[in-house]
Amino acid sequence: MDSRDTDWDGVRLHVVTGKGGTGKTTVAAALALALAAGGRKVLLVEVEGRQGIAQIFDLPPLPYEERKIAVAPDGGDVYALAIDPEEAMLDYMEMFYGMRRAGRALTRMGIVDFATTVAPGFRDVLVTGKTTEAVRRRAKNGKRVYDAVVLDAPPTGRITRFLNVTQEVAGLAKVGPIKNHSDLVSGVVKSPETAVHFVTLLEEMPVQETLDGLAELRSAGLPPGGIFINMVRESLLPQAVLDSAVKGRFDVGELTLGLKAAGLADGADAAAVAESLVGEVVEHARRTQIERAERASLDQADLPRYELPLLADGVDLAGLYELAASIRNQGAA
Amino acid sequence: MKKPAPLDVDAILDDRGTRIIVCCGAGGVGKTTTAAALGLRAAERGRGAVVLTVDPARRLAQSMGLSELDNTPRLVHTAEGGGQLFAMMLDMKRTFDEIIEAHADPERARQILSNPFYQSLSSSFSGTQEYMAMEKLGQLRRSDEWDLIIVDTPPSRSALDFLDAPERLGRFLDGRFIKLLTAPAKAGGRSAFRLLNAGFGLVAGAMTKLLGAQVLKDLQTFVSALDAVFGGFRQRAEMTYRLLQAPGTAFVVVAAPERDAMREASYFVERLAEERMPLAGLVVNRVHFSPAAGISAARSAAAAEDLESKGEHELTAAVLRLHTGRMQLAAREHREQEHFVSAHPTVPVVQVRAMSEDVHDLAGLHQIGELLASGA
Ligand SMILES: Nc1ncnc2c1ncn2[C@@H]1O[C@H](COP(=O)(O)OP(=O)(O)O)[C@@H](O)[C@H]1O
Ligand SMILES: Nc1ncnc2c1ncn2[C@@H]1O[C@H](COP(=O)(O)OP(=O)(O)O)[C@@H](O)[C@H]1O
Ligand SMILES: [Mg+2]
Ligand SMILES: [Mg+2]
Repeated sequence: MDSRDTDWDGVRLHVVTGKGGTGKTTVAAALALALAAGGRKVLLVEVEGRQGIAQIFDLPPLPYEERKIAVAPDGGDVYALAIDPEEAMLDYMEMFYGMRRAGRALTRMGIVDFATTVAPGFRDVLVTGKTTEAVRRRAKNGKRVYDAVVLDAPPTGRITRFLNVTQEVAGLAKVGPIKNHSDLVSGVVKSPETAVHFVTLLEEMPVQETLDGLAELRSAGLPPGGIFINMVRESLLPQAVLDSAVKGRFDVGELTLGLKAAGLADGADAAAVAESLVGEVVEHARRTQIERAERASLDQADLPRYELPLLADGVDLAGLYELAASIRNQGAA
Repeated sequence: MKKPAPLDVDAILDDRGTRIIVCCGAGGVGKTTTAAALGLRAAERGRGAVVLTVDPARRLAQSMGLSELDNTPRLVHTAEGGGQLFAMMLDMKRTFDEIIEAHADPERARQILSNPFYQSLSSSFSGTQEYMAMEKLGQLRRSDEWDLIIVDTPPSRSALDFLDAPERLGRFLDGRFIKLLTAPAKAGGRSAFRLLNAGFGLVAGAMTKLLGAQVLKDLQTFVSALDAVFGGFRQRAEMTYRLLQAPGTAFVVVAAPERDAMREASYFVERLAEERMPLAGLVVNRVHFSPAAGISAARSAAAAEDLESKGEHELTAAVLRLHTGRMQLAAREHREQEHFVSAHPTVPVVQVRAMSEDVHDLAGLHQIGELLASGA
């Protein structure tokens, strides 16, 4: 096991949120690999019932069971668990009351369906309860079973409600076992052992959602983590060229000569091709300018930031390890 | 790829028989933008349009004067020919409250509105937003004040949620567990569970242990109050469903040229056919084109490499690298659309190109409207 300093030493529960489609599942999976690297044991948890982890690791659907799904660079294991609220409730009733049979009856009655419909807070407390149990779990020798748990969490708009279970169930259950259970969950998610990371793109809506979500998180007293800017495109042109291109200025003459030299076009045709390529450059320059503005907006968040490249061929297993390496290189794990 | 028929947006907007347009698709693909752009274009073509939006981007909302959720359509724009664009932003909780107030006597309404379970259901049930959007659509349509209603659908995780949610909420209120909870009250208010079988006694015991007696009581009060009010809940959902099947309705499916979004679009198209709901066509939004498409990715990459190896024309080489990336992206997007087109060859399609900037004002919406009408 290596002992490099990372930005999140001491954190055992990494919660990954973000606007839908920004890459939460991808980043959570890459982060789990990165944290496991060098001989650690990490649990990757999924809660939205979408089997996203199975898809990304190219596996058949995961059961409600912790099982090893990947080996990290330099040794280290990633386990995965797809939490099903119904199963989590059965666990819970068994664990605290030895009432598995009653639990089954509740399931048959449609009570879980009911509870998740009318009071998502109940569902959330079951799911976060199962997750924090894995965080706290110790082996016989007293050591924690997992070095870290990574939670592929609900999107930004729901994250504070999801984690702030005590608050959410308070209106519904002021006393009693659910309340006690939610206090236990709270103890973990509000502690320095937890960090809530945001995944965003350099686009207006995801950035806005990140800032709004973060403000909400902070006012609920939940611990923010880092910002993962995903799908970052490398800029191929020098900043000075981009700056003038935004204003519509570009050396078409030089480009025309270059196209001729490359044997791509000649004569008047070269000038026409150059003109149309300039259109592409100007658009790219505008896009880059907007991305810079969005980066600047993220400064307000005042959190550590990591950038992950846009993988040209989408995310396959090799791509996932590439993202994990990038996460490690930037000190996030 | 076989070329699909072009989606003729103007023909749909100009047809006075078109009374409802529903924009649906996966999250983040551009449903809200498309709905608003169609509304503006409809107004520009002389119609009186109202756009019911669910979650506009902040700047777009501000530019349309929708700074608050207020559940009433506001005039956004009057076009030269006299056509008008109104817009409103859905307030889901308020829409729910209004249904309760309209159907319950004041005392019962108060009981429901202050019940913690109602508050939870009306503000966070994952299907409530979908249901309320449909409810609001029904209200607008029944008022018959609107020439054309354009609905934006909620940002569900799946495009189908909005078709299923009303049914799910209805089924839920008719559910077995709810029936069990309300049964004692109906049987004359005798002690909660005595009348029921042993199986339910076990459940009641477990529930009491799990939730505490107060919770169970709140729950029963809530359920029986709601049950009385929502006798016709399912009928309401069915009424809206029929509205969606009516010939004056046109579904516009929106997708981005990416795998997940195109797959969702496919499911949706199939589902609409099953439900006999009228599909107008598919909008593929945020498509990347190249103005220099004559130079293929391969040629561009080879030329860039050539220049780089000679150490000449550095700028040109960089531009060619940029162009290579663009052509690769365009090719990938094209492939993602191919599946859809071969599976649904008769569905009309229009592509809208990706702007370099977000769409956040009327000028931007106007531009999207033009692209929707002309393609590219
Ligand atoms: N860095 C990346 N480069 C390329 N594609 C990416 C990257 N990150 C995510 N994706 C792709 O974007 C899509 C959405 O990612 P996903 O992790 O499922 O997002 P979320 O869980 O937030 O909905 C997927 O198709 C995924 O493969
Ligand atoms: N053709 C386009 N080009 C560039 N940006 C677009 C385009 N269509 C939509 N957008 C932007 O994409 C984001 C998401 O669009 P939105 O309509 O809110 O999606 P949805 O309603 O499907 O979630 C917005 O910021 C919007 O401005
Ligand atoms: Mg996901
Ligand atoms: Mg929207």
